[in-house]
Amino acid sequence: MTTFQEQDAAAVTKTSAAGPGRSPALEFASAWDYAPAPETTKVEIADSHGHYIGGTFVGAAKGGTLDTLNPANEQKLSTFARGTVADIDAAVNAAREAQPKWAALPAKERGKYLFRIARRLQERAREFAILETMDNGKPIKESRDVDIPLVAAHFFYHAGWCDKLKYAFGGAEPTPVGVCGQIIPWNFPLLMAAWKLAPALACGNTCVLKPAETTPLTALRLGEIFDEIGLPPGVVNIVTGDGEAGSALVEHAGVDKVAFTGSTEVGKKIARAVAGTGKKLTLELGGKSPNIIFDDASIDQAVEGIVSGIYFNQGHVCCAGSRLFVQEGVADEVIAKLKIRLQSLRVGDPLDKNTDVGAINSRPQLETIAKYFDIARDEGLDVFESSCELPSIGYWCKPSFFTGVQASHTVAREEIFGPVLAVLTFRTPEEAITRANNSPYGLAAGVWTDKGSKIFEIAGQLKAGIVWLNTYNRFDPASPFGGYKESGFGREGGMQGLRGYVKLGGDR
Amino acid sequence: MSERLSVLKTYKLFIGGKFPRTESGRSIKVADASGSVVAHTCRSSRKDLRNAVEAAEKAQPGWASANAYLRGQILYRMAEMLEGKRDELAAAISITGKVGKDAALAEMDASVDRLVAFAGWADKYPQILGCHNPVTGPYYNFSVPEPTGVVGVVCPDEPSLLGLVSLVAPVICSGNAVVLLASETNPIPACVLAEVLATCDLPGGVVNILTGLRDELVEHFATHRAIAGVFAAGVSDEHRTALEAGAAENMKRVQVLDLGPDLAAGFADDSAMESPWVIEPFVETKTIWHPVSS
Amino acid sequence: MAASPTVFQAVNSPTINRVSADARAASFTTRSIKTTAKDAGLRLALSMVDLTTLEGKDSPEKVRSLCAKARRPMPDDERVLGERLPSVAAVCVYPSMVPVAAEALGGSGINVASVATGFPSGQYPLDVRLRDTAKAIADGADEIDMVINRGAFLSGKYGIVAEEIAEVTAVCAQGGPGGREVHLKVILETGELETYDNVRRASDLAIAQIRDGDFIKTSTGKVSPAATMGVTLVMLEAIRDAWLRDGKRIGMKPAGGIRTAKQSLHYLAMVKETLGDAWLSPDWFRFGASSLADDILRQIVRRKTGRYTAGYDFGVA
Repeated sequence: MTTFQEQDAAAVTKTSAAGPGRSPALEFASAWDYAPAPETTKVEIADSHGHYIGGTFVGAAKGGTLDTLNPANEQKLSTFARGTVADIDAAVNAAREAQPKWAALPAKERGKYLFRIARRLQERAREFAILETMDNGKPIKESRDVDIPLVAAHFFYHAGWCDKLKYAFGGAEPTPVGVCGQIIPWNFPLLMAAWKLAPALACGNTCVLKPAETTPLTALRLGEIFDEIGLPPGVVNIVTGDGEAGSALVEHAGVDKVAFTGSTEVGKKIARAVAGTGKKLTLELGGKSPNIIFDDASIDQAVEGIVSGIYFNQGHVCCAGSRLFVQEGVADEVIAKLKIRLQSLRVGDPLDKNTDVGAINSRPQLETIAKYFDIARDEGLDVFESSCELPSIGYWCKPSFFTGVQASHTVAREEIFGPVLAVLTFRTPEEAITRANNSPYGLAAGVWTDKGSKIFEIAGQLKAGIVWLNTYNRFDPASPFGGYKESGFGREGGMQGLRGYVKLGGDR
Repeated sequence: MSERLSVLKTYKLFIGGKFPRTESGRSIKVADASGSVVAHTCRSSRKDLRNAVEAAEKAQPGWASANAYLRGQILYRMAEMLEGKRDELAAAISITGKVGKDAALAEMDASVDRLVAFAGWADKYPQILGCHNPVTGPYYNFSVPEPTGVVGVVCPDEPSLLGLVSLVAPVICSGNAVVLLASETNPIPACVLAEVLATCDLPGGVVNILTGLRDELVEHFATHRAIAGVFAAGVSDEHRTALEAGAAENMKRVQVLDLGPDLAAGFADDSAMESPWVIEPFVETKTIWHPVSS
Repeated sequence: MAASPTVFQAVNSPTINRVSADARAASFTTRSIKTTAKDAGLRLALSMVDLTTLEGKDSPEKVRSLCAKARRPMPDDERVLGERLPSVAAVCVYPSMVPVAAEALGGSGINVASVATGFPSGQYPLDVRLRDTAKAIADGADEIDMVINRGAFLSGKYGIVAEEIAEVTAVCAQGGPGGREVHLKVILETGELETYDNVRRASDLAIAQIRDGDFIKTSTGKVSPAATMGVTLVMLEAIRDAWLRDGKRIGMKPAGGIRTAKQSLHYLAMVKETLGDAWLSPDWFRFGASSLADDILRQIVRRKTGRYTAGYDFGVA
């Protein structure tokens, strides 16, 4: 394998040779490096956490406890209750009891609770950001600038819907579904809680939320905010734990609606469990989203789009742009520039304000990612890894990409959920569309071209619920999110996101 | 002189705009109130279903990309043609003797009107179900509904025509293609409708009609991975569960209408059955972002 | 003079997605530059300043005072800080002040930069602009900050713009008295170019005409907006591409609007992450600024002594 420098020179120098005596590469050693800039605010974390049921924090019934670690240093952060059928039962009962009163509140008053939640989240934003980074491993700049502001915005947006629901469903009178069982993943722990809770509450439902077993802390702290703002007991209940609590929630007869974000594999199990029960279901599942770069794109910005598409949040993003399709004429340039860009990605301490890529959330996830590296090597793929140094403890993966990938390669088909990109090339728009759509998933897609008519043609043809044109990984509470095909059904956010939390005529 | 023997019709399937016989070679007798056989229909097999799905898959992209005005016109043309077969269809509705002549005519008229309603929706529902989203930041962001793909329709036994039309019209008006399983107790109106569809400018394969037994076919509707959604009404709890479990196969969008015990009354309710929210289960919201700058 | 310039010229520059470029540029403002990085960065930024005065009321006295400040930005640095701070990179003046500056900076190693070519508008006949340039060089300028012909550029006559830059480059290439090397900085006046597509196009066009070691520069400081992070990023990317493509190495000078030490550190972060280590030097990156140096000094003093300074602590120049 040639060195990085040789490859770049060959790739980028298309028309003329390097200047006399110079190799046209760029060095990003450390002539002037950033000193450590850790977030120093101290966040208190209790030694142990119970479920939040009926407005109070309660201990585990008999499921024992689990530990949650900081994936950046493998240190235990806290212990939390491992929910059982009995805990879920208590939580669902609390939600059932609270639901009629919550739904009967004047809609504006219901809205005020949500506004209060949004405000308190803004006021405690730094604390939540730090806690999220510690529990999840994501860089503080993301939890601070993306996750937590979006959480507050999500409650704020939905607060305003409470008294306007009838306008969202012209001609049909929406009524609450009832009790919602909501199971969320570990990649955006608090944001996913907000995506689930805010629309459910706005529509007059009550909730039982089951956070992921590696990231329970911010959701539990959200329970503190519910207390602070006087949310009626039982309106939101939080039961922590593993798959046992999740299954119990899905199967509980007192649950009217199940909402799940996570893997397609688990989503299918839930769909089977819910079939015939009369429960409503929305699922936001996996993806293998294409990011398509045409030769007339703004290349430097497209490279930024690749970076935010796959390296944002360590690639732990269901809509990550994990399949890159580059038009052949610019493939060399894009790859060379991506290599250069990878050198300036700072990987390490998630609490350092200059960290771009944090820790992988858990050891099992790190092992999953490692497995795909092995498969790719076995399948004969070339890998390019950032030259960064990784910390000696904690769970880490260098930002990487595979080149020479064909549609049949495993890394082009399966969701890896890590900072790992498969690079493919194409020649014509039709080829790009066909290959991009050749996946059971259909969550998101990116398209980069400067030609307006072409971009709308491609956007129209792609089977994906979110299409980012000349941008990637943008999120907003007003913008519906959710997939086509096996990426799930139902939307979260926006007017369309309300649909999963109301009954209209004809719905059960 | 001996009495003339009537020519008993054996209705065939309607797949890809053609009228093939069932691959199974089996048929089902349809009898009138007195028990005399008045017609034979095909007892479709899973292979017929497979063929129908293939035809639907082939036809769907073109139908979806046809402009909405054209789709609306074709649905209206269907209504016109149906109206022209008013007596024949009314007779088909009442052929088994379960529906009186007046009720059959009323059902016939309601079916025509339902098609007219969805003919009108074709170029309007995106304006109801789609929207512009005021996101923070320099981005233009909008959501549009797009058809889900190939949708399986499992029709109720009664109303045999209105049930079918009510389930099919909202699904195809948005650009989906349909593979439907007709009423098991009276599939004749579906078979007559096929003759309308064959001549009304609807591209072959957009609507495919199977007759047969739910016990044999529901399972395959549920598990066929190229069927992206299922719309049903009047099915047993067991079939409902089977269909909903299909979501576990390929994330099928499954909508089983719950219209209460009186299906005929339920289907006759225009405000519920002609709402855009009947179209909504089989469209996918696509949300598009683009930066705004010069 | 060459034959009439090509009026219609194919443009081969990439387009720029402004929202994305701005987002990338803004990302450097969230870089947290602390402790040792801040200390080193402030000194580096100081050494990159082109201390500038470009006013109609400029007097020889003011220019001499500016030159003294250029040599020794903080006269009592050794007493207060216990170290000798770097001098700035250059003093930038109007052509009429070049002799004064050249005399005041003699032997210091600090360059005399002169705006020329009918600065700031450039709305003069080409021969006048070329004579303006030659005179400044003859009077002692080490660096010429020229303006491009925005009228020609904005009307699409790129050939004219290119040719004029080439002619000024040729004048600079002749060097000064005694074989003194003269570097050229091409001011695009990005505030008048309006779009990033134009900024990139003008950058490419200028880079193609100038020599290794010459600069492209954002602004005259007379038009708002002057330098911004976004515009500078677009120009840095043009420089990077010329380097990677042709091995041609060009310097960068944002000018106007950079007033605070914090801003200068954000720019340095952008240079570091776009062009890498090799450009983190006054030979390759400059700040065109009149008040930036004072804020850098304030920060250096505060960091050293823990005290905030008063406005009058640093000589007004």
